[in-house]
Amino acid sequence: MPQILVEELSKTYRIAERDPGALGAVKGLFRRRWRTVEALSGVSFRMDQGELVGLIGPNGAGKSTTIKILSGILEPTSGRCEVDGLTPWRQRIRHVARIGVVFGQRTQLWWDLPVIEGFDLLRDIYRVPPDRYAATRDELVALMRLEKLLNQPVRQLSLGQRMRCEIAAALLHEPQLIFLDEPTIGLDAPSKLAVREFVGRLNRERGVTVILTTHDMHDIEALAERVIVIGGGRILADGSFSDLRAGVLAERRLFVDFAEAAPSIDLPEVRVVARAGRQIELAFDPRRITAPALIARIVAAHPVDDIHVEEPLIEEVIARFYDLHGAGES
Amino acid sequence: MSLDAALRPYLSVFSGRFQLMLQYRAAAVAGFITQCWFGVIRILIFAAFYAGGAAHAPMSLANAVTYTWLGQAFLAFLPWAPDPDVADMVRSGAVAYERLRPVDTYAWWYARALGWSLARVAPRAMLMVAFTSVLLPLVGLGKWGLPPPQSLAAAGLFALSAVGMVLLSAAITLMINTVVVATMTDKGAGALAAAVVNMLSGLVLPLAFFPDWLRPWLRAQPVAGLIDIPFSIYFGGLSGWSAAGAIALQFGWVVILVLAGRAWLGRSMRRLQVQGG
Repeated sequence: MPQILVEELSKTYRIAERDPGALGAVKGLFRRRWRTVEALSGVSFRMDQGELVGLIGPNGAGKSTTIKILSGILEPTSGRCEVDGLTPWRQRIRHVARIGVVFGQRTQLWWDLPVIEGFDLLRDIYRVPPDRYAATRDELVALMRLEKLLNQPVRQLSLGQRMRCEIAAALLHEPQLIFLDEPTIGLDAPSKLAVREFVGRLNRERGVTVILTTHDMHDIEALAERVIVIGGGRILADGSFSDLRAGVLAERRLFVDFAEAAPSIDLPEVRVVARAGRQIELAFDPRRITAPALIARIVAAHPVDDIHVEEPLIEEVIARFYDLHGAGES
Repeated sequence: MSLDAALRPYLSVFSGRFQLMLQYRAAAVAGFITQCWFGVIRILIFAAFYAGGAAHAPMSLANAVTYTWLGQAFLAFLPWAPDPDVADMVRSGAVAYERLRPVDTYAWWYARALGWSLARVAPRAMLMVAFTSVLLPLVGLGKWGLPPPQSLAAAGLFALSAVGMVLLSAAITLMINTVVVATMTDKGAGALAAAVVNMLSGLVLPLAFFPDWLRPWLRAQPVAGLIDIPFSIYFGGLSGWSAAGAIALQFGWVVILVLAGRAWLGRSMRRLQVQGG
């Protein structure tokens, strides 16, 4: 029995529309025109306890809708969803007592309260026994290095500090499943690394199941063994990131610095991407010609100063993938 | 789950809100001064009205003065607006987090509203009573002050009715909150509520002054329980069985509004569309 079971989940919204201008506004008074938007259509997947899954997709793809349904905030239009045997929106109170959720763009702490008082309030809300709470809190405070932040009101924290507190806040009741919706959005590099490291440890050492949505592909690369790509309300891919990369964009890049002005390269397996002074950037498909073979041929023909191979940027892979599936934001 | 654990989140949000709101001492003093000012003006108007010949007035000038001061003392109970915290949450989208709490959202917001209104009323009412029941008589203006309840029985019934007033006020605040959730904006709901509450509660004019044919209806509607019923009990305008009946009506409205409000909030929450993010 998987921990999370999602079958044929669909969600449609009705949105009121009107024609532009004053005339449209007046018309709208008498007759509302509704447009149906399909946020999710037939999403199915399963997850086991202890998995760390990245949920990615362009803006408006349905990632957040999926998370909101799984966490019990939204009710789907149709389909089935069970988390630990509970249907989130029907058994909401029991369900939410067992999960932790962080929305990177919102705050669940109280702006006016010092961090520690917000934590205490969450202890009462989640009915955590006091001794258990003290132990968990102290551990989280040490792990996330929150000692100096605890007595500051939330409004005075920087975004990075706040996000560390938010993540700790979502874990005070020791959930075995956490949803992280864009937890690194807007963070500087050290804060991102800290969040990534912590989430990874939580998953590895505690066996906490994590569902992570993000637009930062480095989060995915660093953390997720399994990636679910959503676009246009459907699942486009579900598998490991390297499989995804291989399926979409096998192409690799070779950067060559020649000793003198760059010569013209005329090989059937190779495409010249860019040329600047003595440097040339070549694209090649490793299934047609291996990197050593290509390098050998170039070095044999021309004097070369430096040479290195790169994988295409992870963002490029994803952009290409969205394009291929027509999943870019419309 | 023990009862103690079951109630913990609600008690916690109540006391947290109560303590936080008590910090706003300047607001309490400012509110007290404003309410004194309006109280004086109203009493001057009543005095002018009674001086012009009031043989048919439905209550004595002394009772009108009592009614006025009580209205000013408990003014902050009047549910004129949504709970500001809830309005903020709806505006920012943080309202989604409220659905992630393992609590009944209605009961949770109700406890929050109670903490809010009680903390705002407590200091103002104490200042007002000190001013109108102690200070005014001391300087020889006792005639214009707030006398004690008409009798011991009236005091007991008033206490009970005041509890009803507090519960009713929170139930109406929750209704306004629900309008805010359903419409996704806090504009409008408050303006409409304030107009209805001011007129129908008896704040602007005691309900006794309305025409005879209208009065039974005005006394029966829920908002009468915010001012007219408890205050009339205080000065003896309602006593005995009619007071008991009025209190029963108050609590009946509390039950109806809570049940309807809870169902409506649940419905609105399920329809809630939190955009973006």
